[in-house]
Amino acid sequence: MSLRLSTGPHLLHKESTQTLMLDVIIALVPTTAAGIYLFGSKAAWVLAVAVVSAVLCEYLFQKLSKRPVRVMDLSAVVTGLILGLNLPAEAPLWLPAIGSAIAVILVKELFGGIGHNFMNPALLARGILLASWPARMSVYFMPVRVLGSTSVVPAGADAVSAATALIRPQGYEVYDLLMGNIPGTIGEVCKIAILIGFLYMLFVGTIKWHIPVIFVGTVALFTWLIGGDLLKAVLSGGLLFGAVFMATDYVINPMLRIGQVIFAVGCGVLVSVIRMSGSYPEGVTYAILLMNILTPLIDRLTSRRVYGTVKQHA
Amino acid sequence: MPKKTTFRGVFINGILNENPIFRLVLGVCPTLAATTSATNGLGMGLAATFVLLGSNIVISLLRNLIPDKVRIPAFIVVISTFVTIVQMLIQAFVPALYEALGLFIPLIVVNCIILARAEAFAAKNTVFHSAADGLGMGLGFTAALILIGSIRELIGSGSIFGNAVFGATFEPMLLAVMAPGGFILFGLILGIINSIVNRIGSRKGAQA
Amino acid sequence: MEFTLTNFLLFMVNCVLTNNFIFSRYLGCCPFLGVSNKVETAAGMGIAVTFVMGIASLFTYAVYHYILVPLQLNYLITISFILVIAALVQFVEMFMKKSLPALYNALGIYLPLITTNCAVLGVTILNIDNNYNMLWSVLNGIFGALGFLLAIVLMAGARERLESSNIPKAFKGFPISLIIAGLMSVAFLGFAGLGSI
Repeated sequence: MSLRLSTGPHLLHKESTQTLMLDVIIALVPTTAAGIYLFGSKAAWVLAVAVVSAVLCEYLFQKLSKRPVRVMDLSAVVTGLILGLNLPAEAPLWLPAIGSAIAVILVKELFGGIGHNFMNPALLARGILLASWPARMSVYFMPVRVLGSTSVVPAGADAVSAATALIRPQGYEVYDLLMGNIPGTIGEVCKIAILIGFLYMLFVGTIKWHIPVIFVGTVALFTWLIGGDLLKAVLSGGLLFGAVFMATDYVINPMLRIGQVIFAVGCGVLVSVIRMSGSYPEGVTYAILLMNILTPLIDRLTSRRVYGTVKQHA
Repeated sequence: MPKKTTFRGVFINGILNENPIFRLVLGVCPTLAATTSATNGLGMGLAATFVLLGSNIVISLLRNLIPDKVRIPAFIVVISTFVTIVQMLIQAFVPALYEALGLFIPLIVVNCIILARAEAFAAKNTVFHSAADGLGMGLGFTAALILIGSIRELIGSGSIFGNAVFGATFEPMLLAVMAPGGFILFGLILGIINSIVNRIGSRKGAQA
Repeated sequence: MEFTLTNFLLFMVNCVLTNNFIFSRYLGCCPFLGVSNKVETAAGMGIAVTFVMGIASLFTYAVYHYILVPLQLNYLITISFILVIAALVQFVEMFMKKSLPALYNALGIYLPLITTNCAVLGVTILNIDNNYNMLWSVLNGIFGALGFLLAIVLMAGARERLESSNIPKAFKGFPISLIIAGLMSVAFLGFAGLGSI
């Protein structure tokens, strides 16, 4: 019997990866639909380019490096979709194209493909895009339509730069924050849609509740400690989207539950600290990335000795 | 294979076969720091070549006089003397470069390439060959720096050697001239060069 | 810069995170890439570097301010600093071998490598450039090294995890390590603006 050595997710055949990815895609449908409805056809184009670029890059890389072509496992689709949802609707189309290429080739395929990457591709690509084209990545416009009404606001009517609704959470009502009547990236504004997706993934068992909940809870705690409006802080910026769809990536999560709790708390702390005093107004991307690189060490610290081995003395 | 006993052989060895950055992967710190533009790469490369040439020659001249036990400190004294000289020269004649490279000019002292060549080559070979090695390694280093520097400058500022290449509509990728970009681009370039060399190697092997 | 708790904490955050020696300043890359395949060896190297950088900061500060400056030999800074560092490392190694054999067994082999570590010479020169007094010089050395320790341990964690990965042959070794370092430093960009004094 040959033993296969691999890192998580420990999935045995491509159908399993595919099912997993399919569930994530389904969970993203409400957010995607809301994003396109709210921001109009520009958003649809950004998302389309992101997904197509991701799939194409994966296909080309695997073909050129003579590896089995695995685009059918839909992981590239998910990467592209999440990256696209993290972009403003006004992004020029070369942005998602390049972003997806970076995510798929640099962060995933170069390390060996699905399961071997040690950082979340969409997240890292977003971090790179943020640092490379800060102006393009941080100008957000108000949505074109409002959920729950049929009036159409001309695009560009109300451009807000820097982190979305974070800079003036008091300026928006909770209802607006929930329904997405605020400026932001395509996927992050409509919190209701995100929550629907969250519940779906919980229901089918794609993710467990504790990472997103503890993550968001920690941020809420910090906000409360400094006397801010708890509900609005939680509903602002990319926190919910990040906590539900990006922090829950199997590959970057610690293996044991206690490690995952540490991970989630760490994310929450970092987001709060960066929001309060860092240069970048939105800390979710970098917070999750930083905890991501800590994961191997968290695993080391929390892992139990394998039964039967003797503890080595230095 | 170029013969290692001729001036030309040793010289080319330093540029291609044993290129300090792309093949030996020494001197990583200055590579990352000095390649934010092609000009900086050129400047750092020439400065390092000056030091390398000088120290190789002097160490080779003194190789039979330096007791073995103190050879490393002796090498360091020679190398750091040349670094101090080049530092003063740059500060006097090319202050813009001095500003750009900053800390990394004195850090040429601990550039692994220089000490490694002193130890591995200059201490055991004639002045003639040591000079060839110093020149070859130095120019190989410079060429690599210019290559990486040009790429980073192109992507990150849209120019080469300070001359704008793309039109006004080009939006440079700022990360390329920042620290993360340096690491990533260097890694990518190194990997690509490796695969090219591997391919040439296997083709030669198949012909043999 | 006066010594207050706030300044101290901000300085620490600045040295370890915001201007991390590896991820922001490129200092210390050779051992970072060379000695980072296992977490234990990485930690060992990191601790050894912390030790050396702290002491080196102290001694080079003294040499500069009490010998070079009074004799107006400032331009000899590079030569004298690197000699001080080389000598220091020799002494530390001898001392450790005799008096702290257990520690020597753990860290001893890294010490000679540290002499040519850009981070050590780098921080000593930075101390002078930034005009730090003796206290901040030593702290700069220690915290900078702690940043190095953090970086090298993180790197080892990632590389251990990637041991069983299917990296293309041309990229194995240095190229992928450089890319890993780059990706990690993207994450560290998140600390931008923190700890500014």
